[in-house]
Amino acid sequence: MSDVYVVGIDMLKFQKAGTAKSVQDLGSRAALLALQDAGLKIQQMEALYCGNLYQAGAMVGQRILQEIGQTGIPVVNVANACATGATAFREAWMAVKAGAYDLVLAVGVEQMGAGLLGGGGGGKGIPKEGLLGSATMPAVFAEAGMEHARKYGTTFEQFAKVSVKNHHHSTLNPKAMYQIETPLEMVMNAEMIAYPNTKLMCSVNVDGAAAAVLCSEKKAKELGLMKRAVRVKASVMTSDPWQERDLVMPDVNTCTRMAAKKAYEMAGVGPEDVNLVELHDCFATAEILHYENLFLCGEGEAGRMIDSGAVALGGKVPVNVSGGLLSKGHPLGATGIANIYEVSTHLRGEADKRQVPNARIGVTHVIGLGSACAIHVLEKVA
Amino acid sequence: MPDAASRPLPAVDFLKIPDDGAPYLEGSKCKACGSIYLGERSACSKCGTVGQLESLKLSDEGELYVYSIVHRSFPGVQVPYVSAIVDLKGGGTVKGNLIGIDPSPEKIKMGMPVKVVFKDALGRKDRDGNSYLSYFFEPA
Repeated sequence: MSDVYVVGIDMLKFQKAGTAKSVQDLGSRAALLALQDAGLKIQQMEALYCGNLYQAGAMVGQRILQEIGQTGIPVVNVANACATGATAFREAWMAVKAGAYDLVLAVGVEQMGAGLLGGGGGGKGIPKEGLLGSATMPAVFAEAGMEHARKYGTTFEQFAKVSVKNHHHSTLNPKAMYQIETPLEMVMNAEMIAYPNTKLMCSVNVDGAAAAVLCSEKKAKELGLMKRAVRVKASVMTSDPWQERDLVMPDVNTCTRMAAKKAYEMAGVGPEDVNLVELHDCFATAEILHYENLFLCGEGEAGRMIDSGAVALGGKVPVNVSGGLLSKGHPLGATGIANIYEVSTHLRGEADKRQVPNARIGVTHVIGLGSACAIHVLEKVA
Repeated sequence: MPDAASRPLPAVDFLKIPDDGAPYLEGSKCKACGSIYLGERSACSKCGTVGQLESLKLSDEGELYVYSIVHRSFPGVQVPYVSAIVDLKGGGTVKGNLIGIDPSPEKIKMGMPVKVVFKDALGRKDRDGNSYLSYFFEPA
C-alpha cells in the first residue's frame, strides 16, 4: 500500500468563542487555505471528510462545499468528541491508503459557546451536577490528575507549570487565541475552577477551523508536491478498554498507551526519535499524564519532566509548542487537524520563531472523552 | 398538578429503597469474570458474557480514591463541594459528593476511609414536586 502524504494544510487563527460568522464560513476558509497551500483546487478533491461536533446532525461538510464548490463528491460528516478532527483526518487517510482516492480533503471546524463543558445532565428526575460529584470537564480531568498525584506525589505547582509553558509557547504563535505570558504565581492564583485546575489551567473555548489535503504517493509525485509533503507514518485510533473504574471515572491513560504503542510500531520509530509532540492538554493535569502515556518519560517521571524543561521549546522533546489547547485554544472538532498543522509546519521548517530545530518526526495526540484516542506520527519528507 | 409521591424517589436507578429496611446501592456481578458494575446490566463489558450478571448489595464502606474540589459549577449549584471517586469494600466504584469535611486539600486524604450515607438530594425536586433520596460520602 502506498504511503499517504499531507500536501496542503492550514488553520485559521483561533478566535473568541461565538464570534465567528458561521460554521460553514469557518470551515470554508480553512479548506481554501489548505487547498491554496497545496496549490490545488476543490475540483481536484475526490472526497471530503468533515469533523464537527456541535452541529453533527446538520451536514456541515456539504454546507462547506455549498460555499466553495459543489462538485458532487462523497462527503462524510464525523463526530467523535474532542477526537472529531483527528477522526476526520484518519478517515481521509484510510480512504487514500486503501487506494479508493488519490486526493482527499479533511476539514475540522467548531463554533463554541462559552463556559463549562460537560455535566449538562439530561436524563430523568433531577439534575445531578453537584449532587453526585461533578461531571464538568475541569473536575473530571482534575480527578484524573489527582490519580497521578496519589501515585507519584505530583504537586499543584507541577501541574501549573504546564500552563506556564504552553502560554509561553503561544506568545510565539500568531494563530493562537492568546499571546500572553502567565507566570507561575499568576497561574496558581487564578480563579480555582476545580482543584487542582485553576482557570488558566483549563483550555480556552474558541471558534476555529483547520483543514488538510491528503494525497497518495503516486499523485503527489505526479503533481510535483513532494517537496513540502509530510508523510503520515502512522494513524491509530482506540476506544477505552475495560478498566476497573472506567465507567465512573473516565480513563484517558490506557487508550492513549494502547494507541501510542501501536503508532510507534506502525511508524517504525520509538519515543526517543520524536522531535516534537502536540498532545491533548485540555487541562494542565491532562498534559502531565500524557508524558508517560506517550512514553516520553518513564512511569511516575512526568512531574520531574515538566520541572526539567525537557518539554519546553529548546528542550529534548518540546510539547505543545503551538501553545496547546490551554492557550492556542480548543475548538473541539478542529483541534485534531490543528495539531497536525502545527507538527507539519515544524517538519516543513516553516514555524518561524517557534521552530523546533531539525524536526524530522512529530506526534499528534487527541482524546475525546468517553473515549476516543487518536495518534498520528508524521515525518519530514524532503 | 400531578401529585407528588408520598415518599422520596431514588436519585439514581442503582439506589434502592426497600419498603422495609435501609436504603442501599445495588450492583451487578458477572458470574463469568467477577466484574462488578453499578445497577442492572444485561452483559459484561469486560469479558463480553451476556445474561450472566447477578445483582448484589454494594457495601456502604469504602475508601476515597481521588477527588476534586469544585469551585465553579452551573448556576444554582452550591460551591465549593468535593467531587469524590470512592472504591467500595468488596468491589464497585461510585462517584458522589464527599460531605462532612472541609473542602481543602490539606484536610482531604486520598485513601481515607469513608462511609456511604443516604440523605435528601439537596432539596432538589422534579417538575412534579417529587423529593429525591441520594447518596453521599462521609469520613468514616
